[in-house]
Amino acid sequence: MLQLDPKKLRKRAWAERRFRLYGIMALIFAGSVLMLLVSTIVSSGHSAFFTTELDLEIELDPETMGISAPYTKDSLMQGSYYTTIKKGLYRLFPEVTGRGERRELVKILSPGAELELRKYLIENPGAIGKRITLEVPVSSDFDQLYKGNLPRTGKHTRLSQAQMAWFDTLVADGRIRYNFNPGFLLGADSRYPELAGIGGAVAGSFHALLVCFLLSFPLGIAAAVYLEEFARDTRLTRIIEANINNLAAVPSVIFGLLGLAVMLNFFGLPRGTPLVGGMVLALMTLPTIIISCRSSLRAVSPGIRQGALAMGASPIQVTFHQVLPAAMPGTLTGTIIGLAQALGETAPLLMIGMVAFIANVPATPLDSAAALPVQIYLWAESAERGFVEKTAAAIMVIMTFLILMNLIAVIIRSKTQTKVE
Amino acid sequence: MNTVYRMNDATTANGLMDANEATASARSSAKTKLCAKNVNVYYGDTHALHDVTLDVYSRQITALIGPSGCGKSTFLRCLNRMNDVVDGCRVTGSIEMDGKDIYAANIDVVALRSRIGMVFQKPNPFPKSIFENVAYGPKIHGLAEHRTDLEEIVVNSLKKAGLFDEVKDRLHAPATGLSGGQQQRLCIARTISINPEVVLMDEPCSALDPIATARIEDLMWELKENYTIIIVTHSMQQAARVSQRTGFFHLGDLVEVGTTEKIFQNPRDKRTRDYITGRFG
Repeated sequence: MLQLDPKKLRKRAWAERRFRLYGIMALIFAGSVLMLLVSTIVSSGHSAFFTTELDLEIELDPETMGISAPYTKDSLMQGSYYTTIKKGLYRLFPEVTGRGERRELVKILSPGAELELRKYLIENPGAIGKRITLEVPVSSDFDQLYKGNLPRTGKHTRLSQAQMAWFDTLVADGRIRYNFNPGFLLGADSRYPELAGIGGAVAGSFHALLVCFLLSFPLGIAAAVYLEEFARDTRLTRIIEANINNLAAVPSVIFGLLGLAVMLNFFGLPRGTPLVGGMVLALMTLPTIIISCRSSLRAVSPGIRQGALAMGASPIQVTFHQVLPAAMPGTLTGTIIGLAQALGETAPLLMIGMVAFIANVPATPLDSAAALPVQIYLWAESAERGFVEKTAAAIMVIMTFLILMNLIAVIIRSKTQTKVE
Repeated sequence: MNTVYRMNDATTANGLMDANEATASARSSAKTKLCAKNVNVYYGDTHALHDVTLDVYSRQITALIGPSGCGKSTFLRCLNRMNDVVDGCRVTGSIEMDGKDIYAANIDVVALRSRIGMVFQKPNPFPKSIFENVAYGPKIHGLAEHRTDLEEIVVNSLKKAGLFDEVKDRLHAPATGLSGGQQQRLCIARTISINPEVVLMDEPCSALDPIATARIEDLMWELKENYTIIIVTHSMQQAARVSQRTGFFHLGDLVEVGTTEKIFQNPRDKRTRDYITGRFG
């Protein structure tokens, strides 16, 4: 009978346990790094979804605002409302009279206050001549002060003691509101952090991904179907195959250079638009889609092909009626993962000029636009403190989109798996 | 030889076949449906089938038996030109159906395959509903103008395949949810939905349990009334039970062909005798 050394057995069992421990430790490490990343981003970014506003009583005197009847949208767009708003603020601090002091005082107001009042008047022209109470945004420094992101003392203090005292009075009087900020999700970029929104970048990314999908999905499937189902195995197809795999490994900035040289300079397409961005991203996504579609086609049981052929289906009918539908779930999963990669891609968009400051939300793929990752890059290198929370919040937005897309891919995969069983 | 006698006793008891009766019917309806002459098949440099000459008679079951790799499946796949899609496969010689060469240049493979259906070793339903599986052939060949015609064809095909009663309440359920035997009968229903003249069966029962096998054999017995059936099988009992004629393949040669009774009771060639008595295979 075989005699096993108990010492060696113990050693083996111990090695087993030790190996499991290493695995658990690696998981804990990876998990905690991820938690750290997410919690840092969320803790510094969550406040960007809120904005600090001031309850201000405003005397709507048409003469001061430089407007006259009829109060149409066009005529109201011409008015200047800054003085009116300033007067509202002066009324709260009658003791502040000096010119220098008053100049310091009005720094509490954001330039957005003027836009807010104009919007209000266009919606309610009947209020002209009356005294109203309006919530107007405060400027970025005071917003950050209220959110606790700005130190009150030390060399990084950007506000004077008097300014902070005025603001504290406003807080004590209950005039400061902390509201949800829809402008951040819907609005476009701005020079003023308190007014900047991610909406323009989201729209730009959406248009670019749409162009990318419309180009790469049909092209990728056509290429995969031809290579897998129709092409003979020749030296040429093997070279093409190898190059598709190589293409998937090309650094993205090179695709950007290609877009710059070919699409912008040679074909003269409009610079910095989601159209060109989407075309460049399509080049990058194409290999991912081709590879995933080909492997799903290969995974379709040959019995299905033979069965359809034996029914008298032509090769094209076999492919499009039976094989491709069976390969669709895998192809879609690969496509979504490819698009998620494209969504996070920055370098090629920088190369084709999608890095400009755009203060409108783009309506079509032909309007100049920023994209989400480029917006993060732009805000991250801005000097103003107010953009720190915007950067983190933009990262939260792009991560949400990525998680959603990957979730859809996982759902498609698990659904079809249960079907096959 | 005792084995063979016992086998025949069993089949007679099943009421499937009386050997003498089968021989008689074979002689009376001996109309040639398919006629293969000097068929050679090469896969690249491999010579897989040597000079096979075989007649297949109409409305009979012809069984092809032989050890693995003997070329019987290869021969079967020549009959509906499924070998065309195999890279590097070359077929020489002639195969005629009703006197017309099926390898002639003017023959449309798609039309040919709609006349010669095939059932495979492993049940291969399309990953769609039961209804869609059977409706696929009639749809692509334009056999049904209206939805009601299509439904009629599907129901009739399922009835002929003896599957209708089991699936009538779930025609739109996925076909992959059926049992192996049901899937194979679905594949038979799919094959006969376009009314082929010949049905090729490539080891249709090798993936099935004995009960499902018995059902398929009963079904073949019924289908023989309307279709010419050629079955490749590893089971000599199955060949003896269902077929009227049997061909024995060995190492790419068609060694012997004749009535099933003769092949199993009085084989001419020593190799046939050795195979059916279980000396090799």
